[in-house]
Amino acid sequence: MFKLSAVTSADGELAIPPGWLTLCHACDLPSRVGAVPVGGTAFCPRCGSVLYKRIRDSLDRTLALALGGLFLFIASNAFPFLALKMQGNVTHTTLSTGVRALYEQGTPIVASLVLLTTIVAPFLQISSLIFVLAPLRLGVRVPGQARMFRLLRRVQPWSMMEVFIMGILVSLVKLLGMAQIVPGIALWSFVLLIPTLAAATSSLDAEWVWRRVGLKP
Amino acid sequence: MTPDSATSRIEDFASCHDCGLAVELEGGAHHGATHCPRCRAVVHRRKPDSLNRTWALVITAALLYVPANIFPVMKVISLGKAQEDTILSGAIYLLVHGMWPLALIVFFASVVVPLLKLIALTFLLISVQRSSSWRPVERTKLYHIVEAVGRWSMTDIYVVTILVALVSLGNLATIEAGLGAVYFAGVVVMTMIAAESFDPRLIWDRARETHG
Repeated sequence: MFKLSAVTSADGELAIPPGWLTLCHACDLPSRVGAVPVGGTAFCPRCGSVLYKRIRDSLDRTLALALGGLFLFIASNAFPFLALKMQGNVTHTTLSTGVRALYEQGTPIVASLVLLTTIVAPFLQISSLIFVLAPLRLGVRVPGQARMFRLLRRVQPWSMMEVFIMGILVSLVKLLGMAQIVPGIALWSFVLLIPTLAAATSSLDAEWVWRRVGLKP
Repeated sequence: MTPDSATSRIEDFASCHDCGLAVELEGGAHHGATHCPRCRAVVHRRKPDSLNRTWALVITAALLYVPANIFPVMKVISLGKAQEDTILSGAIYLLVHGMWPLALIVFFASVVVPLLKLIALTFLLISVQRSSSWRPVERTKLYHIVEAVGRWSMTDIYVVTILVALVSLGNLATIEAGLGAVYFAGVVVMTMIAAESFDPRLIWDRARETHG
């Protein structure tokens, strides 16, 4: 089995020892990943897919972004999202108002899909990152870390907040001239949450984490 | 279990789908499933029954695509009058009102993306089944694109959700989600699972067989 011994490189980071075997996830070509410098990427020599990417301060950066993301996620759900002013009437909505309205109108399938992709999946994404990375940062092992890290991979494709923003943009245009739309605090924190989570995802070094939270045979 | 040991052959290794570890399969490459020693996921050399599953999901999505475009995705009831919008008429509305960049995005996300996804997946499935060795690098890239752009089809579902939330609570007008939205949600989910069930490594298996 792979040795889990730490190798400290010249830049002082805990590096993965070079020469480990990996199979390309796209074309299955076996490769040995050599010493990847900080900020460097190893590509599959046959199909060009990314084999491994080494990121500077991956743990600290990802954890910081995930914690910021949690804060923004709570704000996105706790405060008013959008308000509609039409002939003196003001309608306040939160992120979950549409889900509830769709459910009450008899389209629970659509309601569940929206709930999953805008609230449940982003929450699982943020919380699993924190659950896995915070103990690593503190140097402790917590049972269930490996399971939560697997969950993260599974929920990621279903987290679609950036598409939701596009939906808001189109809706605003459609309501133009008919009503006045007032953005709430939640909308702004939602807009900030998207780049925060995207940065957290791209700064995560999954192989590095797996070597520390994986089950040891 | 290092590939250097005398009994291990590189062909007996498979990549764990969940954590990426190169796992040596018990009993060699053509034997049953092994659990990943690092994350406990079931490791297969290839995604199980990939071609059949992907075909089934692509066909389902193609069937749902028809009612998704025929039935209205939302109904606007204002002062007793009801106006229904389909996916296409929603994009045309934006175009007529001079919002052509947004119209283009909506048209692309709701009409072109699902259709392209279905065509691309069908093309990949047929090319794998015919053991094609044609441009495996480009076909792998095509698969990655299909995987990445699919989510943008959700735009229209979100537009309906937001409009329903904002307007159904007011008393002057009501917006209801239509049957088309249900079918369209089905198209998005089916094509996403279809892309997930397709195994791009099959492109390389067949390409390698013919090239020796």
